[in-house]
Amino acid sequence: MKRHLRIVLPVLALTLLVAGLAFNAALAQGSAPTDDDVNAIAKQLYCPVCENTPLDVCPTEACRQWRELIRQQLADGWTEDQIKQYFVENYGARVLGEPPRSGLNWVVYLLPPALILAGAFVLFRAMRTWMKPTVTEPAAGAAETPQSAAPSQDEYISKFEEELRKRK
Amino acid sequence: MIADFGYGILVVSLLVSLYSVGAALTGVKVKSTALVESARRAMLLTWPLITVSALALIYLLVNNHYEISFVYEVTSRSMPTYLKITAWWGGQAGSLVFWSWLMAAFASLVTLRKWDRDREFLPWVIVVSSVTLAFFLMMSVVFENPFARLYQTFEGINAHTFAPADSVVFTPADGRGLNPLLRHPGMIIHPPMLYLGFVSYVIPYAFAMAALITGRTDDRWIRITRRWSLWAWLFLSFGLVLGGRWAYDVLGWGGYWGWDPVEIAAFMPWLTGTAFLHSVMIQEKRGQFKQWNMILVILTYALVIFGTFLTRSGVLSSVHAFASSPIGPFFMGFVALTLIASIALLIWRWPDLGSETEMKSMLSREALFLLNNLLFMSVLVVCFVGVIYPLVSELATGSKVTVGPPWYEFSTSPLFAMLMFLMAIAPLSSWGLSSQEKLSNINKPVLGGILAVPLVAYALWWNRITEMMGSWPGVVVSLAIVLIALGLMYLFRKLLWQAALVASAVAVYLSFTYTTNLIALIGFFLVTLVLMVTLREFWRATRARQHAQQENFALAFIRLVGRNRRRYGGYIIHVSMMLMAIGILGIELFQKETQGQVAAGEALDIAGYTVQFEDVASWNNPSEQVNYTRAVVSIYKGDQYLGQLYPRKDMYFSDQQMTTATQPMSIPGNLSSFKDDLYVLLVDWEPASASGATFKIYVNPLVNWLWIGSLLFFIGVIIAAWPDKDPEYAPARARGKAYQPSSAD
Repeated sequence: MKRHLRIVLPVLALTLLVAGLAFNAALAQGSAPTDDDVNAIAKQLYCPVCENTPLDVCPTEACRQWRELIRQQLADGWTEDQIKQYFVENYGARVLGEPPRSGLNWVVYLLPPALILAGAFVLFRAMRTWMKPTVTEPAAGAAETPQSAAPSQDEYISKFEEELRKRK
Repeated sequence: MIADFGYGILVVSLLVSLYSVGAALTGVKVKSTALVESARRAMLLTWPLITVSALALIYLLVNNHYEISFVYEVTSRSMPTYLKITAWWGGQAGSLVFWSWLMAAFASLVTLRKWDRDREFLPWVIVVSSVTLAFFLMMSVVFENPFARLYQTFEGINAHTFAPADSVVFTPADGRGLNPLLRHPGMIIHPPMLYLGFVSYVIPYAFAMAALITGRTDDRWIRITRRWSLWAWLFLSFGLVLGGRWAYDVLGWGGYWGWDPVEIAAFMPWLTGTAFLHSVMIQEKRGQFKQWNMILVILTYALVIFGTFLTRSGVLSSVHAFASSPIGPFFMGFVALTLIASIALLIWRWPDLGSETEMKSMLSREALFLLNNLLFMSVLVVCFVGVIYPLVSELATGSKVTVGPPWYEFSTSPLFAMLMFLMAIAPLSSWGLSSQEKLSNINKPVLGGILAVPLVAYALWWNRITEMMGSWPGVVVSLAIVLIALGLMYLFRKLLWQAALVASAVAVYLSFTYTTNLIALIGFFLVTLVLMVTLREFWRATRARQHAQQENFALAFIRLVGRNRRRYGGYIIHVSMMLMAIGILGIELFQKETQGQVAAGEALDIAGYTVQFEDVASWNNPSEQVNYTRAVVSIYKGDQYLGQLYPRKDMYFSDQQMTTATQPMSIPGNLSSFKDDLYVLLVDWEPASASGATFKIYVNPLVNWLWIGSLLFFIGVIIAAWPDKDPEYAPARARGKAYQPSSAD
């Protein structure tokens, strides 16, 4: 029995393997990746040799070959993430459209919001100081113009007409 | 001979500009008007000198003098004459001379003005513009000589200004020719426009420095340079738009803006320039923000030089290229020196630049303009970090990273949305005090109820909303913006409610008929809001004028705009920006694409269009060394035949036997309408034959509004910048007045 098993098991394994490969190949043939499938991934990758050119539009021969590679990988059943990972491992993080969120790269995600918030804070503080009420100014301003009252549309127009009269 | 002459003249113009700096400085020191006048005349001499030198260069370009390295690099025998002339700015060395030539022209123009009331500025304006000019001339004379010849030595063939020992001049039979991508009309006008924009910003900077040095810190410098900065802004904007149109027509990726560092280099001074344009108005009207305006004009100048440095030093391709070329450190040194000097001057005069009036309210127009400035600065921060970070990463870790469109779009879109919102509010608030009731009068329960709506909506549909916004940070940022916007809309409710109602109706209508994309709906809401508010401003003022002057509506409208050019030109620019925003929203959020190989007679379908491949032909044009492959496709929408398109693939060759291909170019076939563009490319990475060809097809919804908006934009800027009879002598503002319309408004 054991001897039989020793023969049967490898044969079974081999049969399964061949069947599996055939099935895979059939599956791959059944859904040959279209240009759109390739472009969908190539669009997210940057040409590893040109400056700032997405892979789906790069006209160089090297990029044509890379797109063919993506097509092949898709045909072999690779997932989108696996393909991207392959490109990162082989050509570095520069093939991605934005820096991976790790290590020093956090600078690019945290620095702008930090600076913007700091700017907003400084501005707010500055406005508070500029708005320190003075004794005379509000009164003068109110005397000169009727701004303190909520204006209506008519008031806008009357002001405008007054201005026009002055100029004529 | 001609080359030596041209180079010699270039050296002379450098010496003249240096003399002009020295004479002006000495003139001030010894109080000699004669010396300052001599400096002014020297300044005036530089432009004719550089023109002569440039003519020598053009002569060499047109007459195929390929022993000149620059001529060899950018022209070839097959190029038509007009392209040989424009090749002047098609390469590094020539474009630096072009920069100097424009700089000299502008500096001469400004020194020709009447100086009666501003004598004390004159020497310092001369010093600043001459130093800038001398810097660029120095670059041409020392590092990037466009007249350098090719010499053959034992080491090989290299370009030298002076003949090295044991060398003979080498004359290639033909030149390499201008990069075919740069032979497009857009690319011929685009660099001069950008350079004009860059160069004209030197003038406001020169006057600002003169004001700091002389201590004349009123707003005289701003009044003198007001039109300069508007024209500078116009040129810069025109350059940016042309660049976008060129990319759309020539680069074959169906887009107009790729957040490329070279684009951003030109965009950064535009951002500070735009902020400056807004904040100078406050200084003119209210005597506030003097320090801030100085900072803005200094930043703009620094960014102009920095932008030229970014695109000219090779630093973008690699920091190591920067280190290996002498230009990079020289540029950086100049930027650093001018920045330090300007900031030192600013600190020295800081106490004199205080505000003349108090700020009345957090909702006053000044406050909103400050917020506008903060937002422009925020976009600048994003751009700066994005451009610089790959260099920092390469230096620090040795690995290059790409900071590409996804990052920029994520980082800047909330800022642009807030800017749009401000555009809706700002015209409603008058100068000085907000026309709305005081903050203390707010009905807090009502406000709370309004603010609760988006929060409740989010609590109910958080899953769906997070999915629509893509990510958590996106949701948080958008929610914060919506809350702030709702709060502000509540504060301005009396003036805003009709516009907000129409905008909401538009957004709801679009959500049923066009899209459920939340970002798009917010975008269209904002666009409608701004359009409504701005158009209502036009409507109300025109009606008022019509009523007061007994004019008909059209006449009242024309006179209204004509008498308040800056205000209404500005509003026209706002309207144009909204049209551009419609185009940007359309192409960014709804672009569709497909690609496929089809046999003759077969078709590809996309977004309701059917693109049927009819025929393809390929032929050589030996005289221009180019091979054309042109496909014919028929376009149908449903059963309706719309016409034919002819996408093309041009392959340029570097030799007349047409064996060595240099660069393929994809010229799209484009069917445009107000609704969308059908943009068909003959894909260059698959062989095309009668039996089959590969096409890439984009449908770019609404993109034409981007170009229509650009046209309106130029009309708006020209109206705003059109010279008054005496633009510089506007009446002094009345301090403390809340409402002060004037012709310069």
